Amino acid sequence: MKPILQTHALTKVFRGVSAVDDLAFSLEKSSITALLGGNGAGKTTTLSMLLGLLRPTSGSIYLFGQDFIKNRFTVLNRMNFSSPYVDLPQRLTVRENLLVYAKLYGVVNPTNRVEEVAASFRIGNLLNQRLRRLSSGQKTRVSLAKALINKPEFLLLDEPTASLDPDTTAWIRELLRQYRDEQGATILFASHDMREVELLCDKALLMKEGRLVEEGTPKELLEKYNRDNLEDVFLQVNRKKKKDD
Amino acid sequence: MTELRSSSKGRIFALFTRYYFLLRSSWPRIIEIAYWPTMQMVVWGFVSKHFAPSSPELTAGGVLISVVLIWDTLFRSHISYTLSFLEEMWSRNLGNLFVAPLRPWELMLGLACISLIRTLIGMIPAALLAIPFFGVSVFDMGLPLFAFFFNLVLTGWAMSQFVTAILIRYGLGAESLTWVLPFLIAPFSCIYYPLSTLPSWMQEIATFIPTTYVFEGMRAFLIEGVWRQDLLLQALGLNAIYLGLGMGAFLFAFRAARTHGLLLQAGE
Repeated sequence: MKPILQTHALTKVFRGVSAVDDLAFSLEKSSITALLGGNGAGKTTTLSMLLGLLRPTSGSIYLFGQDFIKNRFTVLNRMNFSSPYVDLPQRLTVRENLLVYAKLYGVVNPTNRVEEVAASFRIGNLLNQRLRRLSSGQKTRVSLAKALINKPEFLLLDEPTASLDPDTTAWIRELLRQYRDEQGATILFASHDMREVELLCDKALLMKEGRLVEEGTPKELLEKYNRDNLEDVFLQVNRKKKKDD
Repeated sequence: MTELRSSSKGRIFALFTRYYFLLRSSWPRIIEIAYWPTMQMVVWGFVSKHFAPSSPELTAGGVLISVVLIWDTLFRSHISYTLSFLEEMWSRNLGNLFVAPLRPWELMLGLACISLIRTLIGMIPAALLAIPFFGVSVFDMGLPLFAFFFNLVLTGWAMSQFVTAILIRYGLGAESLTWVLPFLIAPFSCIYYPLSTLPSWMQEIATFIPTTYVFEGMRAFLIEGVWRQDLLLQALGLNAIYLGLGMGAFLFAFRAARTHGLLLQAGE
């Protein structure tokens, strides 16, 4: 299958320090991929470059066959994102927030789409509440609803289930999988929750010190490292360098 | 996939809707917008009344109240533009905005639209109240009023473009510039006195400031009844230059913010 995203030699250097170094990977259509790594591994920097918020120092990103670094505006309405580190305006109601973003993405029937996405994320009863009055779990669901407002073909999620209880986490996981199946969307998410990764993703990318050090399906990684769970794989890969040091 | 019809007009309208929602979410906020210009008008109205018998040249044709109101136009237009941008930083929303297909110039236009609405909300009640309170109607100026008003709104936007450029590049640490900048140009703008009052070195600087021409033109119109189109055109020309430079500064700062990874972190 033809990949929808391809990065080649993607590098970001901040004041002489490589945050992301020579990153090359591709994502196939309708796949769910996890981006893993310890703190400072370069996950957020990678996501920022894939969102167009950060200019790479060198390398290329091809998204939907377009040179994303040069022509990001031609594809930005086909993607969306959610992160616990970026907020929506707190003084606006949930409905107002979703309506503004529906209009920003050019959704044709914004009012209907807001109702639709609110029903999907079970936030219909919160639509008229100001965002600042919501709990952090409710805010996470609103942020995810915003991320799906334009039915993106490529969805980037930074810790999508942060602040959610286990029951809601399981339900959101199912919702994302269902969204991928129904829409044929490609999802890339960064997470520290290894169980979530095992349950949700088709492929995992492991980053360390800005470089891609492992890539494969959860099953492949478990077999390669002869481990029972991804958390142990993650720890082994992450500690390997420290041992080498 | 959902049907999308993304256009610049649609995105600017979406942004305008966002600021409109913010505005209507708080009645005290709307009252506050009109409160300061009204208080200025009342205070300067009494000052004008006090000086009327001894200094008729200062108060003739309601010139003092008129210039106070018109100067406030610049302040309101600048503050409204910059505060709307600051709202995005305070609410850590810039990341969401710029992963949407919103171009930086569309953001600037959206901010300008809401700034105009907020400026009108602030200025119209004060201008209307000046009629029964002090018998001064700025509306008597007719079309020239719009020329003065429009020029000061443009100057306000140009200043805001420079301030927002600094904010996007250096973050909220530069927030105080929002309040400081209009007062920096105030002495050179010759709001309450003619250009000839300034020492020659200040006069030279004043010639580079669009507001100087607006207030000189306004005094000529209100006191001598002369419409100085040349002054208005000079103001308009300078505004065009500063708006172009301001837009360039914002785009440059935006590019720098993308290079240094500041867009995702912008906020409190």
